Amino acid sequence: MTFDFSTSLGQARFDNPIFTASGCAGSGKELAQFFPLTELGAVVTKSIMVKARSGRATPRMAETPSGMLNSIGLQGPGIDIFLENDVPWLISQGAKIVVSIAGESVDDYAVLARKMRSVSGISALEVNISCPNVENRGQVFACDPVTARAAIEAVRRNIGGELPIIAKLTPDVTDISAIAEEVVSAGADSLALINTVLGMVIDTETLRPRLAGKTGGLSGPAIRPIAVRAIYQVHARLPHVRILGMGGVTNGNDALQLILAGASAVSVGTATFGNPTAVMKVKSELQNLLVAKGFNSLHEAVGYAHRAE
Amino acid sequence: MNKINRNARQVSAQIVSNKKVGAYHHMVFNVGEIAALCKPGNFVAISVGGENSSMVLRRAFAIYRAVDRGAGNGLIELVVAPHGGGSRWLTSCGVDDVVDLIAPLGTAFGIPSEPVRALLVGGGYGSAPLFGLSEVLKARGCRVDMVLGASSAAKIYAPLEGKRSVSSLTITTDDGSAGVLGKVSDVLTDLIDSNSIDIVYSCGPMGMLAAITEIANAKGIMHQCAVEESMACGIGVCMTCVIPVRDSSGVIKMLRSCIDGPVMDGANVIWDSKRKIPEGTWGA
Repeated sequence: MTFDFSTSLGQARFDNPIFTASGCAGSGKELAQFFPLTELGAVVTKSIMVKARSGRATPRMAETPSGMLNSIGLQGPGIDIFLENDVPWLISQGAKIVVSIAGESVDDYAVLARKMRSVSGISALEVNISCPNVENRGQVFACDPVTARAAIEAVRRNIGGELPIIAKLTPDVTDISAIAEEVVSAGADSLALINTVLGMVIDTETLRPRLAGKTGGLSGPAIRPIAVRAIYQVHARLPHVRILGMGGVTNGNDALQLILAGASAVSVGTATFGNPTAVMKVKSELQNLLVAKGFNSLHEAVGYAHRAE
Repeated sequence: MNKINRNARQVSAQIVSNKKVGAYHHMVFNVGEIAALCKPGNFVAISVGGENSSMVLRRAFAIYRAVDRGAGNGLIELVVAPHGGGSRWLTSCGVDDVVDLIAPLGTAFGIPSEPVRALLVGGGYGSAPLFGLSEVLKARGCRVDMVLGASSAAKIYAPLEGKRSVSSLTITTDDGSAGVLGKVSDVLTDLIDSNSIDIVYSCGPMGMLAAITEIANAKGIMHQCAVEESMACGIGVCMTCVIPVRDSSGVIKMLRSCIDGPVMDGANVIWDSKRKIPEGTWGA
């Protein structure tokens, strides 16, 4: 019997469960030199906004123990140029594509969803309602069940058709499973867990915050236990909702933890910064591990850590 | 066609030599055929700390020299300043140790088609790529003068063979412990005038590059500089190493110094942009 490595998120099917993470794969062109993008379960694009955005000032990055802090601030060309340039190129490569969108208002999410509804060649839409790098923390939609619901409803009303919606949530809340329940009832098909965790580094030479934006999103292996915990909690509350897990995955063993907690697919983010072929390593190691543990399919392992004693 | 990182390859590179030179380490890596693809200005990105390291990001180093020995054999030489955890780990590696190295990355210095009079300016270990550049320029029939500056004599990287490869070498130090007391920018105007310089090439701290740009602009001569902005990935995916650059239509965009640089036309860079986005930047 051959091992079944395929997975699905909502209606979207993927040959394997290892994706890039939003904002960690450039336009795809940067990584295509190192491996064919068809090897990925899917490319998750950077979160694209309605208009062009310069992002935040530098310094934007600080390395931290087993991680890094970033405050890119969603630099990008805006949805129109993105759909004109980036998406056709990814399609030409034969890559499966998950487009990530981010808005500053509920209206922005509606506009972005309307722009996406006529685009072909896309497998799913990740709705980033949890980017920590915005000027106003009150604008992190996923911090509040009311705003989280409003953003996802705006996308659901405007997207039309079958394109699955993946809502990306932040762990910087008291009860992530309550937010998860809210966005699922608002129309999200799947969940992406977790976005970066808000952090700060203070430079002891200048005696000021290291990043120009002062705060940044912490990523990398340092936050992996937070991701495993968040996925575990949400899967326990919503066992039938598929989860795209991410947070410090560097090797197959890390990916396996997220899957056992309840993720049906796993994105690799910061590890790509240290190793452009990290996704390939995670993919092959994970498959070997699942086979070695006696699973016949990826699906059998999803949420396996929740089984009765 | 996809041109980003088009020559870059990830290789296991064996350390052939590691020698302390003043405040720096001169390190030689066996990299195989990619040495033939490396040009002055390109850089490498090396993962540091070993498999279980808490340092998750690569470290970028300008290529000091690449030696193509034919038949798929080649060496890359680096000058490494052990000033942080990653570079200290690298300089503590021994001969025969193997590191994960990606090269060549980034843009290279533009080489004029005609023999011109070039002035090469380096700050600290920023002088590293200038010696290989000097060799290429001289092979094109250019006259090459060089200025190297640093805080003190021990921080000047100027190997003997490098000194021999230039028509004149001027040293400046902040403390006067070697050469002229002061900054490289203090001696630049005179050197440009007395040697009838056509183009300035530079590499070093951003403040130094900004000062050189001002002088080159005043003199109306080209200035190609290799910028230093801290990077997380070195391959264009992380968007942390951006600097504001004016394009040919006058629009300022935040460009990645790893993909659109490190070598840039100094006149197009908006200097003094630390901790702020310049007014009028696209998408600001």
